[in-house]
Amino acid sequence: MMPGETAVISAFLDDEISVKLLEMGFLPGTAVRFNFTAPFGDPICVSVSGYDLSLRLEEASTILILN
Amino acid sequence: MAAGKLKIALAGKPNSGKSSLFNQLTGLNQKIGNFPGVTVDKRTGFCHLNGDLAAEIIDLPGTYSLYPRTLDEKVVAEVFTDQKSAFYPDKVVLVADATNLKNCLLLLTQLIDLRLPTVLALNMVDLAAKSGQSIDIKNLEKQLDLPVVMLNARNGMGIEKLKQILASPLKASAKIIYKPDGESRNLIEKIRSKYNLTSDYEAFQYLQQGEQLLFLPKEDRAFIKDIAKQNNFFAHKYQGAETIMRYGFIQDLLNDVIIHSSNEGWKKISYDIDKVLTHKVWGYLIFFLILFLIFQSIFAWAQIPMDFIDTTFAQISHKLDTLFPEGPFFELVAHGIVPGISGIVIFIPQIALLFAFISILEETGYMARVVFLMDKIMRKFGLSGKSVVPLMSGWACAIPAIMATRTIENWKDRLITIFVTPFMSCSARLPVFTILVALIIPDNKLFGFFNYQGLVLMGLYLLGFLAAIFSALAMRFLIKVRERSYLLMELPTYKMPKWSNVGFQIIEKTKTFVFEAGKIILAISIILYFLASYGPIDVMNAAKETVKSNVIGQPLSEKEIAAKIAAYKLEHSYAGHLGKMLEPVIKPLGYDWKIGIALVTSFAAREVFVGTIATIYSIGSTDDSFTIKQRLKSEVDPETQLPRFTLASGLSLLVFYTFAMQCMSTLAVVKRETKSWKWPLLQLAYMTGLAYFSALLVYQLLK
Repeated sequence: MMPGETAVISAFLDDEISVKLLEMGFLPGTAVRFNFTAPFGDPICVSVSGYDLSLRLEEASTILILN
Repeated sequence: MAAGKLKIALAGKPNSGKSSLFNQLTGLNQKIGNFPGVTVDKRTGFCHLNGDLAAEIIDLPGTYSLYPRTLDEKVVAEVFTDQKSAFYPDKVVLVADATNLKNCLLLLTQLIDLRLPTVLALNMVDLAAKSGQSIDIKNLEKQLDLPVVMLNARNGMGIEKLKQILASPLKASAKIIYKPDGESRNLIEKIRSKYNLTSDYEAFQYLQQGEQLLFLPKEDRAFIKDIAKQNNFFAHKYQGAETIMRYGFIQDLLNDVIIHSSNEGWKKISYDIDKVLTHKVWGYLIFFLILFLIFQSIFAWAQIPMDFIDTTFAQISHKLDTLFPEGPFFELVAHGIVPGISGIVIFIPQIALLFAFISILEETGYMARVVFLMDKIMRKFGLSGKSVVPLMSGWACAIPAIMATRTIENWKDRLITIFVTPFMSCSARLPVFTILVALIIPDNKLFGFFNYQGLVLMGLYLLGFLAAIFSALAMRFLIKVRERSYLLMELPTYKMPKWSNVGFQIIEKTKTFVFEAGKIILAISIILYFLASYGPIDVMNAAKETVKSNVIGQPLSEKEIAAKIAAYKLEHSYAGHLGKMLEPVIKPLGYDWKIGIALVTSFAAREVFVGTIATIYSIGSTDDSFTIKQRLKSEVDPETQLPRFTLASGLSLLVFYTFAMQCMSTLAVVKRETKSWKWPLLQLAYMTGLAYFSALLVYQLLK
């Protein structure tokens, strides 16, 4: 996924993190927009459920998307 | 607390404006403490609801749901599930950010299922309106079966209405939003009847988090763990399903009550600011400029009130000397207790300034960007993006810096940051550095441009910094904590800071320092006072005569004789004995017992080194660093007849002070922040050990 693109969340790979991600509004079927990255490419900023979040690539990589 | 007093808890996600509401409700009637057993700030306060009805308000840490991610969030789960706890609230105010209701309502639906009487406070309705959202409050109240108040916690709009609702009886909502299904049903029945719980959902929470609910006795936790295991109950699977189900409910609800007229223009401004502030070049440049400003203020601006405090207390001490009759008690007050209190008060300007800056950065939303910018770099060293500000503040003073680590939620990251922060060369090392550097390093220029003394000074700062990051790296592998580190963090939109929140933050941190760490600092400074002023009685009593008889025939002024007596007394005090006892240990580093005494007394604070050296070499006043330098230069080693302070012994002393934990105030703060003596003592041992062996190496190599 590149900055500026939008995709739909389909599933999660990590049980433990997925609970937290769900709570923050990363729900299967929701749109997520990749806004920009921090200068060294990690962490990244995304918009989901109407607000902006930062997360590490390691965390982001547990989210499966459809696009 | 009186039984039957109304207890009201404020809950909600981070950045929802809970603190602003708390400040509005309680004003200055606040108390800051800790939740029992953990270092999570507990803020409580009193609020007059109407007439003579008062309530205790508890501000809970910000959290998205009952399932904890951090220590802070664990507290929230415990408060809401432990009905016997002193904090179990009678009523709950759920503070929600109206611009982003969806995430705020997750916790609300859990509170409803716990059967807690709850009011929904919609904060930032003004911003929601600007973004083109209107909310059908009546419909929302009906669907949730609880009262809803519109609020602007920044200017106080809606607070009176909220107080009214809280003053009148409040029923729990009759809704049940999530019903655990299938195999978990009979487990829930079992737990609910065993513990006599009010709701199925509370029983479900016991089942989910039983092991972590520390208020339950051990056998109960084991019981819950057993029945969960026997029935193949997988907590994560249920949590995921529950969250999805709850969001389904919330989405339907919001589709019903929110009337959109799309206008996201106000967010665009935040994006534009982000483009600059998180830019590869500008982002770091601006961050370092801000850091520079913070240092500058802590170094320079704080110096003025600090000098004022210093001279005022010295004058008080002096005044008391002339007012009091002679006697050990009055001596103790004038030279032990007063300087001890001065040693606490003197840190207040630095603490106040640092927290003024930090809270402005937090209020505006910039702090989240700092974390975003620095996370990748800091993680390489076992720290997190949130460690940057505390670590850098350590260059000014480790005490406010360590207090600032509270913004780091992850316990391991926080512990490592606390542990390595004292390596950053603080401003108290500066007087020691300048005197010694001036003494041993020639005032020449390299390539006619770089001053050697300046280069050495910079090298010492760099050395401290390297010690900090490499110790962090080592600790990353040594500390085993099961807790996982997350950086799931909201990037709030930029706002102007609310100045009263900044003020509250300053007062809160200063109070914490003065009353919690202050006790220990005062105690240790009194002990050090005794060590430095008392010794075997007969020797001390005869001090005056001994010195006078020694100097007979020498043309010395009254003042010089007094200085000689002070030096004699210090030499024969218990601190002097300690110094002599230390001599064999510190001799390989190139020090003698006189430096040993200074090492002992400067444990109170590093800058005391200069004063002690002045007394022991009987220079009299410490005002003139030139005379100290002259005197130190002419000091010779009685065995070798060579100067005592050579390049080798001087550098070894500099390295020692760079690494050693010579600061009781820092230890006191670490004890407060980690809630045990284990960490400060480990830190003391590690830093002193590193200092000793590095100094040994330096001296032996250069000798």
